[in-house]
Amino acid sequence: MVLIKKGAEASLFLEDWHNRKVIMKRRFPKRYRINALDRMIRSQRTMHEPNIIHKAKEAGVPTPIIFMVDVSNANIIMEFVEGKQVKEVLDDVSTEKRASLSKQIGKFIGRLHRHGIIHGDLTTSNMILTSYGTVVFIDFGLSERSIELEPKGVDLHLMKRTLYSTHYKHAKECFKAVMEGYSESVGKEEAKKVTAKIREIEKRGRYIADRE
Amino acid sequence: MKDLLKTKANNSLNSYCLGIESTADDFGVGVVSFDGKVLSNANDAYIPEKGGIHPREAARHHVEVSEKVLSEAFETAQVKPSEISLVGFSQGPGLGPCLRTGATAARALASYLDVPLVGVNHCIGHIEVGKLATGATDPVTLYVSGGNTIVSAFEAGRYRIFGETLDIAMGNCLDVFARAIGLQQRKGAPYGAVVEELARKGKKFVPLPYVVKGMDLSYSGLLTAAVSAYQSNKGTIEDICYSLQEVAFSMLTEVTERALAHTEKSEVLLTGGVAANKKLQSMLAIIAEDHGARFCVCPLKLAADNGAMIAWAGILAYSCGLVTPVEKSFINVKWRLEEVFAPWVEREK
Repeated sequence: MVLIKKGAEASLFLEDWHNRKVIMKRRFPKRYRINALDRMIRSQRTMHEPNIIHKAKEAGVPTPIIFMVDVSNANIIMEFVEGKQVKEVLDDVSTEKRASLSKQIGKFIGRLHRHGIIHGDLTTSNMILTSYGTVVFIDFGLSERSIELEPKGVDLHLMKRTLYSTHYKHAKECFKAVMEGYSESVGKEEAKKVTAKIREIEKRGRYIADRE
Repeated sequence: MKDLLKTKANNSLNSYCLGIESTADDFGVGVVSFDGKVLSNANDAYIPEKGGIHPREAARHHVEVSEKVLSEAFETAQVKPSEISLVGFSQGPGLGPCLRTGATAARALASYLDVPLVGVNHCIGHIEVGKLATGATDPVTLYVSGGNTIVSAFEAGRYRIFGETLDIAMGNCLDVFARAIGLQQRKGAPYGAVVEELARKGKKFVPLPYVVKGMDLSYSGLLTAAVSAYQSNKGTIEDICYSLQEVAFSMLTEVTERALAHTEKSEVLLTGGVAANKKLQSMLAIIAEDHGARFCVCPLKLAADNGAMIAWAGILAYSCGLVTPVEKSFINVKWRLEEVFAPWVEREK
């Protein structure tokens, strides 16, 4: 069992499971929480995440296969997606490839939103580019169900912020392509509304420091 | 840092800054020496007859007590007005009418004494005085009060916000809850302390909504649910207080832990009025220990809204040549922490 990521809330282990490379996502108890609350939160999240990953598949967005859910121990065993984080490749590929990749990402985000799924953590490290060219969305730990404009705007706003902070050289073209793909999935009207929402969120001034 | 200040300003050991705080219900005046000694920290709080803070009434209170609080600050510090070499004031964020009162007094004093004026961001004041009081140098700060709930840490020139409330502040949630179920605050025991006392006697956990969205928190739903749980007899008053605290503070602790894991800082600083809560302190101490970080709690006198924190933050800004000309000293009710460029922090490191 190899620890590959230790978050504040869950830890990811790479493991061999019935001759398969799998990810085990474990939510350990928190000492600061009383037992009743701790169990409630951990089991809720352990049930919620595979559920929403399944809904994403229904919406046509590639996500890891879930092999096992152990609610009482707050464990999820899922497919280890082979490939590279979009974060690592986005700056290095050709301009055309970058545009098509961004557009694909936007299309998938659009599909999620159309089906009332808000990812909640749309950064390029939570997207894996597989060898056959498809992007797989991972880590639905912060996701929620909503069809409202506000969370959709917040979701895409985070995507935009990630592009501008981590991939600043190509941020503009990338985000434009993301929104093109998004528009294809949700329709022009809806895309316009969401774009206006993103602008409104930016204007709230919360992220002024990032814009400079 | 303190040494730097000594060499920078002439006679800085005998230089004093007067800070005026008036963002909400407190009118506070503090005198702090340039080498970081808090010489006085006078205060007078507006206490509403019923309900929450009425901004206009609070501002009226501030005007009425300003002379008294100012004189007290000078007397306690044993410093004459003529010895003041800098005036700091809280420029925001806060309640407009209250901020204006403090700003007006500060402008008048600075002009009269013919010394520079520095507008201070209230949240920066809390963080900086917390660092001064506890010796923390580069912490993840959890600032929780009646008006603010912010998890912040310094990154690239500014105090960044890693998480905050999406609606009402943590302290506000406790205050409104306490009032809604008919609790009374006493002198020396604000609503938060009354809830804490009752919570200690609570036994049964009543499930309440736990709302963490990414790094951010939401308390409005929790407040409504806690009040209705009490009204529908889901538990005793002690049980509900206990459950409310457990849920609300677990939310704070989770978000703070996430910021700590992300930034990999080695200190956790707790400040703001709610910092006095022992339960919250104990929960944060646990995550600090888990991440090998030192846990610091700002002493109550400097953790609650006060003038000394404004004076100290004013001194730090001034040490980097930052002053606020009178014509630019208008208040900013929604001044966000991360908008402030904080060059003095880099120099400290």
